[in-house]
Amino acid sequence: MASREDIKFLNNPNIGKQRKKYCRFRKFGIKYIDYKDPDFLLQFINPQGKVLPRRITGNSLKYQKKIAVAIKRARHLAILPFVADNLK
Amino acid sequence: MRQYEVNFIVDPVLSGDEIKEAAQTYVNLIQDSGNKIVHLDEMGLRQLAYPIKKRTTGMYYCVEFQNEDTTFIPKMELALRRDERIMRFLTVKLDRHGVEYNDKKRKGLIGKKGGKQEKLKEEIKEVKKEAVAPIAKSVKSEEE
Repeated sequence: MASREDIKFLNNPNIGKQRKKYCRFRKFGIKYIDYKDPDFLLQFINPQGKVLPRRITGNSLKYQKKIAVAIKRARHLAILPFVADNLK
Repeated sequence: MRQYEVNFIVDPVLSGDEIKEAAQTYVNLIQDSGNKIVHLDEMGLRQLAYPIKKRTTGMYYCVEFQNEDTTFIPKMELALRRDERIMRFLTVKLDRHGVEYNDKKRKGLIGKKGGKQEKLKEEIKEVKKEAVAPIAKSVKSEEE
């Protein structure tokens, strides 16, 4: 009898499946977002310096708001630019 | 008891002593008003992300302090605003997570920088060992 593992698919069934997004702050227990750390905040902005939406980053609403505040603080202190051409 | 954090950028065109003096006046102002300073962080000369008053660099300072008198913050901000040596400032009230984070950061528990530095230190130690080892060997061989 051929078991399930013996069946070979012509196409890899894992291709095209979207990995589930998650909120990294919930998952790793990060409770405070440092506005003085530009390298960390760079993960949440696009190359023009805009804040990335939640549907892309997967953040929960609570932490998305905190991220937005942290980025705005960093911009005020000239740690992050308001507008940029090629940040990444 | 509330914990605050005030960041300010001092004009880098001033001489080194003047920059320190400008920072010290605000440290003294905070201390003399009966606040307890938790930590004074000199972040040094940093590149600005965009020019402010035609300057492209700035001296960053961050003072963390505990405050009970709520009328002090507006007073301090007014003084900072009137000072021409200060290019920018930002006062933030820290929540308990922020206090915890800053505490851990000072101890070097958080941050990639600490990790990298530790790695560098280990590398230096290894290099030193390697440098010392052949000499020790040659000494031994001579003895033989």
